[in-house]
Amino acid sequence: MSHFSDLLSQVSKRGERSLGMFVTSGFPDMKATPDLLRAIDAGGADFIELGMPFSDPLAEGLPIQRSSERALKNGVTMQATLAFAKEFTSQSETPLLLMGYGNPVMRYGISNFFRDARSSGVQGVILPDVLPAEDSPFFKAAKGHDVDLVCLISPTTPEARMALIDEMSSGFVYAVSVTGITGTDTGDASPILSYLRQAKATMRKNPLLVGFGIRTAADVRQLSEHTDGAIVGSALINHIEALWNDISISTEDRLKSVETFVRELKAGTLAL
Amino acid sequence: MGTLDTSPSNAPSVAPYDLPDSRGYFGEFGGSFVPEILVPALGELTNAFDEALHDPAFQARYHSLLRDYVGRPTALTFAERLTAHFGGARIYLKREDLCHTGAHKINNAIGQILLARRMGKTRIIAETGAGQHGVATATVCARFGMECIVYMGAEDMERQRLNVHRMNLLGAEVRPATSGSQTLKDATNEAIRDWVTNVRDTFYIIGSVVGPHPYPRMVRAFHTVIGEEVKAQLESREGRPNPDILIACVGGGSNAIGLFHPFLDDKNVRCVGVEASGEGLEGRHAATLTLGTPGILHGALSYLLQDDQGQIELAHSISAGLDYPGVGPEHAWLKQSGRVEYISATDTEAMEGVKLLSRTEGIIPALETAHAIAGLSQIAPGTPHDELIVLNCSGRGDKDMQTIAEAL
Repeated sequence: MSHFSDLLSQVSKRGERSLGMFVTSGFPDMKATPDLLRAIDAGGADFIELGMPFSDPLAEGLPIQRSSERALKNGVTMQATLAFAKEFTSQSETPLLLMGYGNPVMRYGISNFFRDARSSGVQGVILPDVLPAEDSPFFKAAKGHDVDLVCLISPTTPEARMALIDEMSSGFVYAVSVTGITGTDTGDASPILSYLRQAKATMRKNPLLVGFGIRTAADVRQLSEHTDGAIVGSALINHIEALWNDISISTEDRLKSVETFVRELKAGTLAL
Repeated sequence: MGTLDTSPSNAPSVAPYDLPDSRGYFGEFGGSFVPEILVPALGELTNAFDEALHDPAFQARYHSLLRDYVGRPTALTFAERLTAHFGGARIYLKREDLCHTGAHKINNAIGQILLARRMGKTRIIAETGAGQHGVATATVCARFGMECIVYMGAEDMERQRLNVHRMNLLGAEVRPATSGSQTLKDATNEAIRDWVTNVRDTFYIIGSVVGPHPYPRMVRAFHTVIGEEVKAQLESREGRPNPDILIACVGGGSNAIGLFHPFLDDKNVRCVGVEASGEGLEGRHAATLTLGTPGILHGALSYLLQDDQGQIELAHSISAGLDYPGVGPEHAWLKQSGRVEYISATDTEAMEGVKLLSRTEGIIPALETAHAIAGLSQIAPGTPHDELIVLNCSGRGDKDMQTIAEAL
């Protein structure tokens, strides 16, 4: 079991659930990212996913598409993202993961990427368009550089494949809540809960966390009932976008608002 | 002719061409790079396709529709005045422009909608660039009474307004892709996002030999009828099944694969793909194989136009159908293995191609096809008189008349 998955399991053993927060690197502007990482950390997130923007993010809904476009316009690069990661991990014990798409990683050099992620203090990587396979250069490089590579399951995943994904994944298994893209309305919770219950029972190796379409502390509480935690992305991106678009709010107040937003979500993971 | 099976005939002593492998790889290219949500759907599609390939009833249905609805076999026209113009090899045109809806795209749309129905899917989605694949998909959906949603870049909707009207008339809903460059690449992203969301009841009819496994192999299988017909037609016209040179334009690469594939094992047949170099290779272009680098886009590993950060760059071509920063993974392999040569033609050269074919043969080609004509201008001069060239006349130019009028 990896150090990171061990940490998530500790949280579950306390009767709590883990909260992961996603934010796009270089969004809404380059100097905001280090501040936002600190604010999310201060709000009590158990880990943070830093998004590596891609021009063609095909699993993303509008909020993360827009944040990626904006970050790329701001000139964010893989090197800048790794530098943000390094700065954060040198100041905080909170685990940091990178999330993005296969192509920018391939362009950077797959092995070099995992090496540099490791030396930047990154615990894990999530690449939703890279499927688990023994001979995948992504999985080989992650293992070689001792970085967790998190795999995803979805409501369409058959049980046998869930078991295989659990075997290939490290850190945790990311359960996509609904068939859809990020930010999708989850709608009726009951089919999601039964899928998550079944998925949790299938996991032998990894903690299971749920994401996509989780917006409020109530969502967090409800959907993480049968899992080890929840991940929130689009809702935070929308919150940040609104704060930064309102020029009457000071940077300090914006960051306080982000911290409060995270703290409220975290409350949804605590035992009642 | 008359079979969908892509297994090569008359294989010479070398190992027959049997790519892709079971995981969809052509050498290092191809594969499946998609969200996990789509994995079961792609597996189901692969199984359904393989079953259909070996089902005589499916084959019979597909070929009867190609004959009675599409109008196949399409003519193989001897281009007498074009041949005289270059003064070299005898030039034949494979007349895919005569297909119902005006381009080769309908071959694939027919094949995939039959598969969709076989799989019990009720909702059809597609992406389109120039609008030809969108029109072909809207057409087969009308023919079979199925719901049809076509994603099209907002900028392309402007450039190809006539095709938007055609799709609407056929009962399809055209949804503008407003993200990114608002062209084919973004329409494809939107179609994939729709599929991820509605995967249980929706069939995604991809319009070229791109996308995750099994699409490149499946779309190829539905277009090899082009090359198979050429073989039979040349045999009866010239007494030999193989030409010396094949020429086709390459955007995603479906008409080129359809023409080339039945000849790939015959190493004496020279295959030439013509990409769009837009303003020229120094300027804005769509010459993915000529100037691109390997990467992952829209579910497959192939050549791409991308920057040093792995961000996809915008392609440019006067032809909306070639204006795509990727290319089918099989073409990436055929380039790497050296089996197919890839050259390029500029917007200006393509416009010369339009004029040349219009005035020598009375055939107004699509702007995509015009790139193949421009390639022919590079290849044909100096070829021996007893050699044969077949050029895939992949589509007709009606849809492009406004662009052509503005450019001339």
